[in-house]
Amino acid sequence: MLPALEIHDMTVAYHRRPVLWDIDLAVPEGKLVGVIGPNGAGKTTLIKAVLGLTPLASGKVEIYGRPYRQQRRLVGYVPQRESVDWDFPVTVRDVVLMGCYGRLGWFRRPGRAERQIADRCLEQVGMTSFARRQISQLSGGQQQRVFLARALAEEAKIYFLDEPFAGVDAATESAIVNLLQSMRHSGKTVFVVHHDLQTVREYFDYVILLNLRLVACGPVAETFTPDNLHKTYGGRLTLLDEVAEAMRQRERAR
Amino acid sequence: MIALWASVSDARMFPTDVHQRSTTTTGRITPSQTHDHSTMTGLTLSDKVTLGAALLGGAAGVVGSFAVLRRRSLMGDMLAHASLPGVCLAFAITESRNLVGLSIGALVSGLAAITLVTLVTRLTRTKEDAAIGIALSAFFGLGIVLLSAVTRSRAGGNSAGLNSYLLGEPGNMVDSDLWLLSAVGATVLGVVLLLYKEFKLVAFDPQFARSQGWPTLAIDLGMMAAVAVVTIIGLPIVGVILMAAMIILPAATARLWTNRLNVLLAAAGAIGAGSAALGVRLSRGLPTGPTIVLTGTALFLLSLLLAPGRGVLARIVAETQLRLRIGRENLLRSFYELNEPALPGTRLIAYDELRADRHWQPWLLRWLLEQSIRRGLIERRRDSYQLSPLGTRRAAEAAKTHRMWEIYMMEFAGSAADHVDRSADTVEHLLPEGVVAALEQRLAAEGRLPAIAADVPASPHAM
Repeated sequence: MLPALEIHDMTVAYHRRPVLWDIDLAVPEGKLVGVIGPNGAGKTTLIKAVLGLTPLASGKVEIYGRPYRQQRRLVGYVPQRESVDWDFPVTVRDVVLMGCYGRLGWFRRPGRAERQIADRCLEQVGMTSFARRQISQLSGGQQQRVFLARALAEEAKIYFLDEPFAGVDAATESAIVNLLQSMRHSGKTVFVVHHDLQTVREYFDYVILLNLRLVACGPVAETFTPDNLHKTYGGRLTLLDEVAEAMRQRERAR
Repeated sequence: MIALWASVSDARMFPTDVHQRSTTTTGRITPSQTHDHSTMTGLTLSDKVTLGAALLGGAAGVVGSFAVLRRRSLMGDMLAHASLPGVCLAFAITESRNLVGLSIGALVSGLAAITLVTLVTRLTRTKEDAAIGIALSAFFGLGIVLLSAVTRSRAGGNSAGLNSYLLGEPGNMVDSDLWLLSAVGATVLGVVLLLYKEFKLVAFDPQFARSQGWPTLAIDLGMMAAVAVVTIIGLPIVGVILMAAMIILPAATARLWTNRLNVLLAAAGAIGAGSAALGVRLSRGLPTGPTIVLTGTALFLLSLLLAPGRGVLARIVAETQLRLRIGRENLLRSFYELNEPALPGTRLIAYDELRADRHWQPWLLRWLLEQSIRRGLIERRRDSYQLSPLGTRRAAEAAKTHRMWEIYMMEFAGSAADHVDRSADTVEHLLPEGVVAALEQRLAAEGRLPAIAADVPASPHAM
């Protein structure tokens, strides 16, 4: 079977300085994938390069065996929450409807069918009662749920989430994790940029360990090892503490 | 608008110095002009100017909304200022005041400025606002120099009208201008209606739009092009210096009144048209362009004060109400806590004891006490106060709500313990029932559950 995402020899540069070197990986369908690495490791860049938002210096990206350009309809995207102006004059439902814009194409306006999709997606993230709210009245967790609902409205097979747990409350985090896991059960592949090493084993079944180059990519049980984490985080002391904590958690889980 | 240039009588001076000009004649509707033209529309000049300014204001308001929402307000300002050298060069090359030629010149130098800013921000470490500021003043400076050179070399006569690009000459409006403005207005409206969805998406979240495959650069350019066309059409009417206000003010004003994009666009168009028309009517004997801008500014300031939700007054009222509500709750809690050892009996509490319980400002405490007496929550005996039966119930409720919040925030939400006291609201409405029940159990186990709140009067049917 074709891998959901395949990256060959990908190098990405910002201002003539490479930020990702020779990335080579393949992720099979139906996985919940954590993209893990220290700050500045190129996690967001990896996602943006896959989505064609950042130009590749070399290499290629394939979604189900074909270039992203031909497979856009299969991909859903949740950008970082801070990347937009939350004081923009639109309602929650307007934002979710934007997930349907790609399918609608030029000039066509969202109609009843799209509104039903939007309402269903809002229900999935538990935001139905907020549909008519202006988006500036939302908390951080609610904003994240709205972004997730918008990605759901894209009705994709592969999803890329950029730090969905940054600055959200615990209730939202667990609601999002539940939703992601149910998405995986229905055959979707979900990539999540993630920071918290302690929850990696609990949330994901596949990891991409990244630090400017690919450290490891594979199932959590085999890949999320102290050795690989050390390679990923190097000698950063505070982070090593976190790793130690993650290891303790792992021992307890056994 | 060709006649715009031809109509300027040679008697008007074309000094080489801008300041000198601005003190002489700047865009006034002079009585002599009212009879200048035979008209197809049968409108008087003053009506024509009003109508033309309104059309321009409406179009500028609509396209300006996207510029403002996309945080590109300054781009419009730069575009207007940067068009001046193009106007002068176009005049020098074509040696005519043909509007088409001048507008193309304006567009070219405006676009050159935008390209320059884009390149400088991309390739160097200069930030966009600095780059815009530099390009704006450099192009404008060049424009003034060229203007003075052109007017001097032609010895006045033929270059007549170029100066109107500085502060605008709405008094020169003729029928063809009106048709042009109507056409531009209709086109802008059509484009915005057609591309509403695309503009909205790119203005809100360009990265997400690109992930869906939208050509965001082209859509962005389309938005900017609409701004550019309206700006350049507006230059002869309000002038290079003030055109940006026509783009920015209506959208900024409308944003104060609405949270919906479609309403915002309609409102910005109406506000732009209205303030332009009103500005023309108010400008008798005054320079018209600046009067329009000042009218728009007045409308903006008024909205800033009065708009519901976002206005200054609305916010003061909301804040005061919140403070008073917190004050009332705190007073009831004080009463409850001071009475707590003796409950269910209540005792007289002296004013000084109340004041010492919290850091009350005396006037606020007095005022809240008066209010509570009027509501039948407390009774007064000289300078002491006692809870009424109704007040006792309310006080118990307030105390219960507050304590549940405290426990919730410390135990369930992991917030910093010293922030807990600030926000007390009806806990029952915001938290799931299971959590509320757990909180009540915790309070009861600690012996801190205000018991009276649970006392519900017996049903009248049971009697």
